[in-house]
Amino acid sequence: MNEEGSLMAVIGDEDTVTGFLLAGVGHIDERQRANYLIVGERTTESEIADAFKAFTTQRDDIAVVLITQVVADRIRFLVEAHARAIPSVLEIPDKENPYRPEADSVLARVSHLLGGEGGA
Amino acid sequence: MSSAGARLNVTPTVTTLAVIKSRLAGAQRGHRLLKKKADALTLRYRGILRDIVEAKRKLATSMRDAHFAWTRAKYAGGDAVKHAVLDGVDRANVRVMAHEDNVAGVKIPKFTCRKCGADERRMELTGLARGGARVREAKASYGEAIGLLSELASLQTAFVTLDEAIKTTNRRVNALENYVTPRLQNTVKYILSELDELEREEFFRLKKVQAKKKKDIEETEMMEAEEEKRITQAVDAELRAFGDVIGGEGGRGAGGNLIESEHDEDLLF
Repeated sequence: MNEEGSLMAVIGDEDTVTGFLLAGVGHIDERQRANYLIVGERTTESEIADAFKAFTTQRDDIAVVLITQVVADRIRFLVEAHARAIPSVLEIPDKENPYRPEADSVLARVSHLLGGEGGA
Repeated sequence: MSSAGARLNVTPTVTTLAVIKSRLAGAQRGHRLLKKKADALTLRYRGILRDIVEAKRKLATSMRDAHFAWTRAKYAGGDAVKHAVLDGVDRANVRVMAHEDNVAGVKIPKFTCRKCGADERRMELTGLARGGARVREAKASYGEAIGLLSELASLQTAFVTLDEAIKTTNRRVNALENYVTPRLQNTVKYILSELDELEREEFFRLKKVQAKKKKDIEETEMMEAEEEKRITQAVDAELRAFGDVIGGEGGRGAGGNLIESEHDEDLLF
């Protein structure tokens, strides 16, 4: 963790990412690496996977990765495999699709541990 | 696990017994402490689980509001706002600060959201088109969502960290309870039984030795007694013989006076 604090990374559809950029999350560093990825219709799985891997394993200035649930579903295996505490991966609802707690990797574990009382 | 007979491979001596006993005491103390730690962690863990569910629910609402605010801003300002935002990305104004929280020796990272200033310039740029107020609303709404998200991120990080810590602690507790302690206890039992066995053997040996000695003494005593008897008889017999001799010569039985009884002729040289 550096002095200035760490960054939040965003992976999601255009509207969600723009919203977060509007709030001031966006960052482009000296090497022109952005900390966000806009997933459009033509974005492939491997592009998303590369970005996710870069955000979670390669860059150490990122502490939180926000990923919309629809995109998370496309690389679900990677999200499930991410077991480290930092950066923490958060699934967020996007604009078009309602939030499904049962699909969330972490929330599924949580509700399983709570014995169903805290589920959906 | 077959811990019934498992024990450490040690030589059964009193010194080893003392060492093993102190190790056993250490293992038991460690077990107690680790159990307490696991309990403390589990308590915290449960609280975090509940908080996560709560925060996720709040987040869903907050995100919906934020998306709605953004939609309104887009409706008011058109695509120009979007492009202005996307092109205006430079340095992050929102950062998360991490600091550590300590629960029973487990360090849990905690994130707090921090906003740097100097974002007004870009804001005005966006507002130059249309719908500046809507854009500002959307910005505030997303800012709120980010606050919630950083809270949720720290909860989730704590969740993962604690999960790992609890697993490790439980593994240690179980190892101590089911493996280390029984083995040490079995070793103590083994050493004690071996020592008892040695003691019994020693006792038996001593008994044997004592019995042998007693027997020897008795035998010698018997032999001595017989010897004495024999001597006494011999002496008696001799005395009797002596008495007969005296009686025969003097005619007056034993104890006759030589001077009186015998006529002593003068010796002439």
